[in-house]
Amino acid sequence: MKSFKYLATTTILGSALFLAACGDDSANGSNEDSGTGEELEGQVRGDGSSTVAPIMEAIVEEYGGAQPGVQVSSGVSGTGGGFEKFIAGETDFSNASRPIKEEEASALEEAGIDYTEVELGFDGLSVVVSKENDFIDHLTVEELKKMWVEDGTEKTWADIREGWPDEPIEYYSPGTDSGTYDYFNEVILEEEDIVRSATLSEDDNVLVQGVLGSPNAIGYFGYAYYLENKDTLKVVPIDNGDGPVEPSNETIESGEYAPLSRPMFTYVSNASISENEAAADFMTFAIENAGDLAEAVGYVRAPQEIYDEDLEAIESLK
Amino acid sequence: MKYINHESVASNTRTRLVKNTVLKGLFLAATLFGLIVLGILLYRVITQGSGYLSLDFFTSFASRIPEQAGIKSAILGSIYLMLVVAPVSMFLGIGTALYLEEYAKKNKWTEFIRINISNLAGVPSVVFGLLGLTIFVRYFGLGISILAAGLTMSLLILPVIIVASQEAVRAVPKEMREASYAMGATKWQTILRVVLPASIPGILTGSILALSRAIGETAPLVVIGIPTILMFTPDSVFSTFTALPMQIFDWTKRPQVEFHEVAAAGIIVLMTLLIIMNSIAVFIRNKYQKRY
Repeated sequence: MKSFKYLATTTILGSALFLAACGDDSANGSNEDSGTGEELEGQVRGDGSSTVAPIMEAIVEEYGGAQPGVQVSSGVSGTGGGFEKFIAGETDFSNASRPIKEEEASALEEAGIDYTEVELGFDGLSVVVSKENDFIDHLTVEELKKMWVEDGTEKTWADIREGWPDEPIEYYSPGTDSGTYDYFNEVILEEEDIVRSATLSEDDNVLVQGVLGSPNAIGYFGYAYYLENKDTLKVVPIDNGDGPVEPSNETIESGEYAPLSRPMFTYVSNASISENEAAADFMTFAIENAGDLAEAVGYVRAPQEIYDEDLEAIESLK
Repeated sequence: MKYINHESVASNTRTRLVKNTVLKGLFLAATLFGLIVLGILLYRVITQGSGYLSLDFFTSFASRIPEQAGIKSAILGSIYLMLVVAPVSMFLGIGTALYLEEYAKKNKWTEFIRINISNLAGVPSVVFGLLGLTIFVRYFGLGISILAAGLTMSLLILPVIIVASQEAVRAVPKEMREASYAMGATKWQTILRVVLPASIPGILTGSILALSRAIGETAPLVVIGIPTILMFTPDSVFSTFTALPMQIFDWTKRPQVEFHEVAAAGIIVLMTLLIIMNSIAVFIRNKYQKRY
């Protein structure tokens, strides 16, 4: 009896105290004058691509040191999932590992959300096989397409190029909600169906493990995942007509690694930039530091002119 | 005439003993299977993650550098989440159980509600996540906040709390209630002074087990879209936040092996938290439980 009363009192008192402490003090970035080096307060919310997430994490981490009063958060729902929230007006910026799609752009227009595209860096979509695979030396873009498009037959390596073993190909691809898949779909599959036997996973580590598991497996994912696993995986040079090119910092930045080198974006709402000082400050910081931080997490920096242009675009909105 | 046919007993003894031994072995194997898998899991997680466990792990935010990554925002987020989930789910859960057991008339309608609550306990957590996203995040406009996530989690564990509380309330003998009524007590007086004190251990055990499910649950949070990249601690229930399972989930998806080890360290913290909560449940049950 006593113990029950004690328990009941503590629970009730505890929750009452807690709720009292949680008054409505949702802070908003409303400083009168803007100047550099000033302590800002406010909230900035984002979501989107898991490929862009490592860069965004690095930016948010560094920004936390510069402006501890600004609460920046970013989710990793995938490029498509991120845009869904962006269209619903729930986020200030949306990370994407592919350019915005037409239907997404028109949905944003319908919702009355103007946006600016900001380029953060480059990624080289890396096509990989297991180190045990000793016959593959390079693939042409046509061979890649032939290999990955569903044509109703079970394809073997011998079907792709003569002299390769008569073993069925095992496919590993990022899931359909990822920008990586969308980009591959656009430049290689050209909107045709991907092979039905492909294993699709949103978790890139699953793809790495799958490709490692068999000499007949092939997969693709972001450059950072290849770099982390380059002791066990073999990257396939891609021939786009000018001889095989392997992805590397130089070939990705120069665009020589075509067509699989792709820009990474964040799309930011214009209204957030003009109305939320914290968001504007965060975006400026993001663009100024994106190059260095992209390299720090295993991606490739964009040419300086692109960052300058992005910066100008943001400045003009403030 | 012999009552026992010694010959047939002798010929059957062997097979009966063998059957007994085989079945014993089979059941032992069944028990060991789970234990061994659990053991391997624990061993892997502890060997991977223990190197990253330090005070800094609790006091620093997530980071792109695995050595500096910590769970400050995640663990505080989880605690805040529990501060919403515990009062909301327990008040609603126990209230429902008391109504259904004590006040509601025993008719088809009550039975229908009761069956549905039991069914609700089997609904996948992803579905609750979608429900939370539609109702709390978007319709009520709570945004991706602790309150929205907490209410979603409360819905998720509510059926479990209701069912456990109903069982506990039902276990209180009828004679005790009747004795109370005979003294002229009202229904509420009887509930407060007789039924609840007798059933509170059972209710608390069920509630704590349900809460420990909520603290480890990830799927609804993923559906709501809780961010994983954030470097601040929540300051109110309307704050954006991240939770421990989300942070672990995010780390396991990274390409770097070091992040998988950081994730293992996070798993150790989460498991410790769960073990503590479950131990409290067991302690309460053993200490306060009465048999009638």
